[in-house]
Amino acid sequence: MRIFDPHIHMASRTTDDYEAMYAAGVRAVVEPSFWLGQPRTSPASFRDYFDALLGWEPFRAAQYGIAHHCTIALNPKEANDPRCVPVLEELPGYLVKDGVVAVGETGYDSMTAAEDSALAAQLQLAADHGLPALVHTPHRDKLAGLRRTLDVVRESALPADRVLVDHLNETTVKEAKDSGAWLGFSVYPDTKMDEKRMVAVLREYGPERVLVNSAADWGRSDPLKTRRVADLMLAEGFTEDDVDRVLWRNPVAFYGLSGRLALDVAPPGPTHEGNSVLRGGE
Amino acid sequence: MLITREELLARLSPEGADWLDLALAEAQEATRRAPGAPPEPGAPGWQLRFAAAGRACGPQAAEAARVLLLRTACPDAAAVARLYERGTGAERRAVLLALPDLPLAPDEGVPLVEDALRTNDTGLIAAAVGPYAAAHLDAHAWRHAILKCLFTGVPVATAEVADRARGDRELARMLGDFAAERTAAGRPVPDDLDRVLALTAEGA
Repeated sequence: MRIFDPHIHMASRTTDDYEAMYAAGVRAVVEPSFWLGQPRTSPASFRDYFDALLGWEPFRAAQYGIAHHCTIALNPKEANDPRCVPVLEELPGYLVKDGVVAVGETGYDSMTAAEDSALAAQLQLAADHGLPALVHTPHRDKLAGLRRTLDVVRESALPADRVLVDHLNETTVKEAKDSGAWLGFSVYPDTKMDEKRMVAVLREYGPERVLVNSAADWGRSDPLKTRRVADLMLAEGFTEDDVDRVLWRNPVAFYGLSGRLALDVAPPGPTHEGNSVLRGGE
Repeated sequence: MLITREELLARLSPEGADWLDLALAEAQEATRRAPGAPPEPGAPGWQLRFAAAGRACGPQAAEAARVLLLRTACPDAAAVARLYERGTGAERRAVLLALPDLPLAPDEGVPLVEDALRTNDTGLIAAAVGPYAAAHLDAHAWRHAILKCLFTGVPVATAEVADRARGDRELARMLGDFAAERTAAGRPVPDDLDRVLALTAEGA
């Protein structure tokens, strides 16, 4: 079984996770840029983060046989912080990079005017750079947030079929599907979606344009949730082809819209005993 | 690593070869700007192509394409530093590999090598420990670079390492201590260590 996790924050995860993910079948990930849990206070802090997503993290992933790409954006939460907003001016310099396969995560957190303008500006950046966009939907007031998101997408230069609307659930999937956007579901231990609900959604709405991710980060989350969904799909009567479609071909098709996916992994440098992610003392 | 334009073109698809021709023409154009002319707005075209080389040439040929672009454009120290500092891992490797061919003073190029040597990315470390580092790092930094290569499994039995290691007793001491530490831990000593150690004994 081959798995593509289209949304996972590997900067927060350990090499044990990479090892377990590879063993579970994960061969490719996309790491969207997001909030760090601790607020940033300047664009320089974003730059260091983006550089890690384009250097150190793909290097780490390659040591474990996993292809790593990223999406770049000012996230919705920090779009509200005037100290962070100037990073928008630096995004074009990153959006030309080979490892960047979308603009994201952009979207709404608290549905403020500042989030409105950051979302609209970043959808335009995606259109300008030939990239699709990963749009986060809010965790609070989700249905209203989804509707406002879809309105902004409709008004943008980016067609809906180049937009992945993420963190969907039973209450938002229908309107998102009707919009023509790609449909992202984050499967979590407690919150967002779980495996059973995910399989029920797949049964009701079908596997077309559906992507399933773990969205694993620094909070309570599980980088193997993609595999759990795949296993439950098979147990509940979906075919191996359905599983491959949802967990591999759909994310490849969506991020492939960038023209920048490179899924063959060659470790970028020599390794030490198969693992050069070493620390002092080793 | 220093492959020619013709060798690189032969490796590329027709589309990749056309792309590289245009990119190199833009890089050539950049060298014709009058010295001291005010910078034009936005990044120069060849620098955008420097960023896009992976998707245009394929990940295997991208490094050689980037090095060729740098050697053709001959950017000044400020531009080289910016390309490195704002570069992806792959772009930083290309800058490091091109350093011997760029018109930089040692105090402009060495900080980039030192930055790469502070990382734990073996791709960057390997690109940093080349002829430029052998020519310009001071003795202490050079010895630590060799030791870091051995520590992280980067091959060091290269010609430039051989030349500089000859007769270096302090390097011999460091290698001996490292080997003893590995042995004490029941871990293998890297094969390259003995090769470099043998060189330090030559001409001593």
